[in-house]
Amino acid sequence: MTEPRHEPTSTPEPPQASAPPQAAPPQAAPPQDSAPPQEAALPTPPEASAGVAPLAALSIRGLAKRFGEKIAVDGVSLEVPAGSFYGMVGPNGAGKTTTLSMATGLLRPDFGTALVHGVDVWAQPLEAKKLMGVLPDGVRLFDRLTGEQLVTYSGLLRGMDRDVVGARVPEVLAALDLQADAGTLVVDYSAGMTKKIALASALIHAPRLLVLDEPFESVDPVSAANIRGILEGYVASGGTVIVSSHVMDLVQRMCSHVAVVAGGRVLAAGSVDEVRDGSTLEERFVQLVGGGHRTEGLEWLRTF
Amino acid sequence: MVAHLLNLKWRLLLNGFKRSPWQLVGMVLGLLYALGLLVLLVGGLIALRWADPEIAHTVVVLGGAAAVLGWAIIPLVASAADMTLDPARFTTFAIPPRQLLTGLAIAGFIGIPGLATLLAALGTVGTWWRSFPAVAGALLGAVMGAVTCVILSKVVTTATAGLAASRRFKDVSSIIVFIPLVLLGPIMLGIIDGVRGSADYLPVLARAVSWTPLGAAWSLGGDLESGNVAAAGLKFLISAATIAGLLLCWHVLLQRALVTPPYSGGSAKKGGKLGLFGLLPGTPAGAVAARALIYWMKDPRYAASLVIVPLFPVLFFFSGSQSGSYGLLMILGPLTAFVMAWSICADVSYDNTAFALHLSAGVRGLDDRLGRALACLAISLPVVLLFTIGPLFVTGEWQWLPNLLGLSLGTLFTGLGLSSVISARYNIAVPLPGDSPFKKPPGNVAQTLAVQAIGMGVLALLLIPELALVAVQAFSGGPEAGWINLAVGPVLGVILFVVGIRLGGKWLDARGPEMFAQLSVNR
Repeated sequence: MTEPRHEPTSTPEPPQASAPPQAAPPQAAPPQDSAPPQEAALPTPPEASAGVAPLAALSIRGLAKRFGEKIAVDGVSLEVPAGSFYGMVGPNGAGKTTTLSMATGLLRPDFGTALVHGVDVWAQPLEAKKLMGVLPDGVRLFDRLTGEQLVTYSGLLRGMDRDVVGARVPEVLAALDLQADAGTLVVDYSAGMTKKIALASALIHAPRLLVLDEPFESVDPVSAANIRGILEGYVASGGTVIVSSHVMDLVQRMCSHVAVVAGGRVLAAGSVDEVRDGSTLEERFVQLVGGGHRTEGLEWLRTF
Repeated sequence: MVAHLLNLKWRLLLNGFKRSPWQLVGMVLGLLYALGLLVLLVGGLIALRWADPEIAHTVVVLGGAAAVLGWAIIPLVASAADMTLDPARFTTFAIPPRQLLTGLAIAGFIGIPGLATLLAALGTVGTWWRSFPAVAGALLGAVMGAVTCVILSKVVTTATAGLAASRRFKDVSSIIVFIPLVLLGPIMLGIIDGVRGSADYLPVLARAVSWTPLGAAWSLGGDLESGNVAAAGLKFLISAATIAGLLLCWHVLLQRALVTPPYSGGSAKKGGKLGLFGLLPGTPAGAVAARALIYWMKDPRYAASLVIVPLFPVLFFFSGSQSGSYGLLMILGPLTAFVMAWSICADVSYDNTAFALHLSAGVRGLDDRLGRALACLAISLPVVLLFTIGPLFVTGEWQWLPNLLGLSLGTLFTGLGLSSVISARYNIAVPLPGDSPFKKPPGNVAQTLAVQAIGMGVLALLLIPELALVAVQAFSGGPEAGWINLAVGPVLGVILFVVGIRLGGKWLDARGPEMFAQLSVNR
């Protein structure tokens, strides 16, 4: 099974005259009108307005990464409020995977850092990682384990008690429609099942923050609805989810907040209503990212 | 189309260098090595020009037959199968089979082994630079022989790729291949013995082989030189028929491979069996050990890395039975300890990007190292004890038991400690998860070799006390040094084991993301 290339290698066009990434306050959401009251905390660092503003579940501060000549992420800052369902959208090669890898401790940033509930991912990695459940995109799994072994392994690695893991594993597998294949080797799973078992591994320790890179890719609609249900319940009980996706429609319906990323920068961030500003998220996305060269060209495709 | 395929192969070869300068270094080293061998080989073949025709004929035919056999076997048993132009990758392109066949066959000559074989084969033209018919025959034979080599290897690799219909079969077959490999030692010894016993038997063998598909092509020059035109004609037919037959086989296999891409199926299985996860301690280190042990049993790449271990006793026993002295058997234990401890150098590399789970779960480096090392220890300790004590039943030199046990255990623990440090820092070129253990690994082989060489040097330094005590007993003859080693080996070994685990764990904590980035390059 060949997996898709890691996102960083297919990075955007070189950002023009890239200013050195600064850990300055994140770009305020472009739409100036009608800022919902809960969004007041968005651009402020968590320590600043104590009391009213809840500590951000994930605070990305000026993350930047360069691969050789390509600048994959060019100073991304985001505040993901606790209890939000945060979507991260962007074209292919926008730097979504790279940003999330840096925010979860998988890829060392050149500049900037990320805080999970106030714990610095790069200063106290072990503490920060305990708070997170991560579903990375395009990485292998320990696929010679059975599905249930893999999820158990993931729980035990986090230092969980074996009895607790043993009680949770059947539940999470059942919730993801995997109980029939619990004893099958993950290497024999289909792409969608593999995605789901990886998600189960990320959920098993009941993290406070879930970082999911493309969780719905190659997942069938029924399972996708189940996953959505699980995630919505999780958010309703106070958890925080950040997902990256290409599917605008899904993000618009599912997420409370959204960030549009392109060329390694944040183009807009805030609540979904704020960002889409009256139009649909998809229209707004194309407008922000640009490059919708319609349907000209490819005339030969109609000459069969 | 043929030109496209050749161009593709050439492009792939060139682009391979662009990934890292180390790859280029590895390629240049390989090239120099092959060039040196080739110069020797062609020089030797040209020198045969002045030898007795009978001897020249024997050498050329047997050498050629060995080359053909090598092309059939080496891609299977060594990690040398060149799958850059894997026919399965052309499934979606509607390439006419005949053109695909021709293109892939000619592309087989692009690369060091193919070119070297062709050039060495053409060296036989020098051997038969005696008369015009001989030169013509040798030239024809050389081309046909080299073509046979390449196509035979294609048939073998396509056949095995096609056979590997299921993952399970792939796993099993890749281990079954080890069995003839293990028996290779005795077979070789038997052949060498036979050769030593009756040198005059060789020309007879050569004459017999020259009538088989293996040697027919290589015999053309010699037969024409000795005026045996009828024999040459028949052998030409034999080798032409061989090539035609192989092409037909390949054609059929290729068509099957193109329409039935490898299917990896398996029936759904209910859960409830945690296996080793239920047995070992429910701590992070225990979980890592359980996972590693499952991989030792289920991942053929681990088995492949240990293939040499059962080979040792067989080899040493037979060489002992040849020479009458079983001295070599004494080093069996320490050698096995070294090989097995060393094998976990590649542990993180075997994980490939699955290592992301360890990284994102925040596993402490210490737990990671300890789990992997203990899993390896659980497998290797019984084997090492068996291989240390067992040979003494053959040799009867029981006065060496304490000393050898000390050395073996010292080597095992020290090696595990050192491997834990090395694999925390350096990525090693290994086949990817799910790939055949024999597939040529991606990544920079040159760095792997450098790391391995330096690591072994360090291990030798760390083992100086144990080795010195062995030397003392060898010179003095008294058993006292042995008893000291029985204490020194395990104690020093365990100390270095703990140091290695701690240092490796610290390095992994500090450089986990960098390690992961290195792993992400090859996948």
